[in-house]
Amino acid sequence: MGYQKPLPSPDPESAPFWEGCRQGKLLIQRCRSCGQHRFPPTVFCPSCRSHDTEWVESSGRGKVFSWIVVRHPVPKEVYGEDVPYIVAIITLDEGVRLVSDLIEIAPEAVTADMAVEVRFKPATEEFVLPLFAPASAPDGGGA
Amino acid sequence: MFSARDKCAIAGVGFTDYSKKSGRTVRSLASEACLKAIQDAGLAVEDVDGIVSYNFNDSVPAIAVATELGVPQAGYAVDFLAGGNAANLIVLTAVAAIEAGLAKTVVCYRAMNGRSGFRLGGGREMRAQGITQFTAPFGWITYPQAMAMWCRRHMIEYGTTSDQLGEIAVTLRQNAVLNERAMQRQPLTMEDYRASRMIVEPFRLLDICLESDGACAVVVTSSERARDLAQKPVYIAGGAYGGGPMQGEDLFDAIRWPDHSHNYSRYISDDLWNSAGLGPGDVDVAEIYDCFTYSIIMQLEGFGFCKEGEGGAFAGGGRIARDGELPVNTHGGLLSEAYIHGFNHVVEAVEQLRGQSGPRQVPDAEVALTTAGAMTCGSAMVLHN
Repeated sequence: MGYQKPLPSPDPESAPFWEGCRQGKLLIQRCRSCGQHRFPPTVFCPSCRSHDTEWVESSGRGKVFSWIVVRHPVPKEVYGEDVPYIVAIITLDEGVRLVSDLIEIAPEAVTADMAVEVRFKPATEEFVLPLFAPASAPDGGGA
Repeated sequence: MFSARDKCAIAGVGFTDYSKKSGRTVRSLASEACLKAIQDAGLAVEDVDGIVSYNFNDSVPAIAVATELGVPQAGYAVDFLAGGNAANLIVLTAVAAIEAGLAKTVVCYRAMNGRSGFRLGGGREMRAQGITQFTAPFGWITYPQAMAMWCRRHMIEYGTTSDQLGEIAVTLRQNAVLNERAMQRQPLTMEDYRASRMIVEPFRLLDICLESDGACAVVVTSSERARDLAQKPVYIAGGAYGGGPMQGEDLFDAIRWPDHSHNYSRYISDDLWNSAGLGPGDVDVAEIYDCFTYSIIMQLEGFGFCKEGEGGAFAGGGRIARDGELPVNTHGGLLSEAYIHGFNHVVEAVEQLRGQSGPRQVPDAEVALTTAGAMTCGSAMVLHN
């Protein structure tokens, strides 16, 4: 059958992000001039317009900003087996947001601001996706 | 700020049937609606010298419609690659063209086979490039999925409930029941709403607008000219277009948007009302862009009908019913009349202000608001008779 879901089409600005995912790292851009982190990746900083940019590794931890539970698969052929699935906007500790799926949690258990952390899941040989699960305790202890 | 208050008027309206399968080309739908609007104004096609439309690659160029109509010479023929945010923008741009002397009489339209053809609601090509490379791989793909994410924020911040969304759907359906051109005319109760299928939490099927084949058109000309024509003029008192910072490329490029419980309306509200010299309290009918029940809540707040966060409560208890304090979507809206990308709201507002809405008529309607857009960008007009 093969992987039927959309896969990213990396471009020159986004390639480092996806390469980071392959290596199990959540990389985001940080402006060296004003210190702001930003996502999605851009050529210059939207705050101060400096081109002086570095990629830094995020802690991978954040909070749930918003979420939906997809119950009706669109298209059915692709998502029929996956519903219900949870898509969330996550605010990373660094202050930027990104979109991902919540895993290892029942839809009814999701709450606003709950702590989550990244889990890298291979989609194909070429792509690894950053997904998010409920965060473990800060000292690394079990849930 | 729009500075052409009352300089132009809408002099004619036209529309086709609304259906799930028109059996016709988009071009022919457009031509029919435009011709009806021109004739409604008491004009001939030869009087038209401008044509404007908007589409998402699901229509034909405006000049193709002008050709089919037999317009002799179009000095202004423009297509916007735009969505529901543009329904009022195209009328405002017609005003700008007339004021600048580029045209005298402009027909504005939206035509689509939005159900039998290219469906904006889902099942479209699953591209994952540009911004959607960060969203589509996670299964965030359809418009209901996009808007549901925003609605959740309003529920988190203000406690807005599913039942409050349902009341909006039920109220608007009451208007559609009286509307012979509406696609959904079955009366709806709250029990029906609660029993309807959950599509993407928090949205049920009845929170999501229709998909339709059809076309709507209006004719815009100078107020002076409009006064000599067949219908009572509906004057364009004010208008505004735009939104906030970090609007992004499309519905899924909104993670940098500052606040998802508010949309474009709060950013253009002051300019809208100031340009018209009127305020929310003056509005007799409000045709508010309702691709989803939730979008009405944000616009009631953003345009100043109620305080931030109170949109859900404001829309309940009959306040937005046809005989309520603020009649909203007197035709049933995109939710129950048809989804002509918001242009059917302009048609409805004009008919209400002309006193031509029959059983749906809001008595003594003098001032109408029309809005277009749900998320980061939109347009609105204040009309009066």
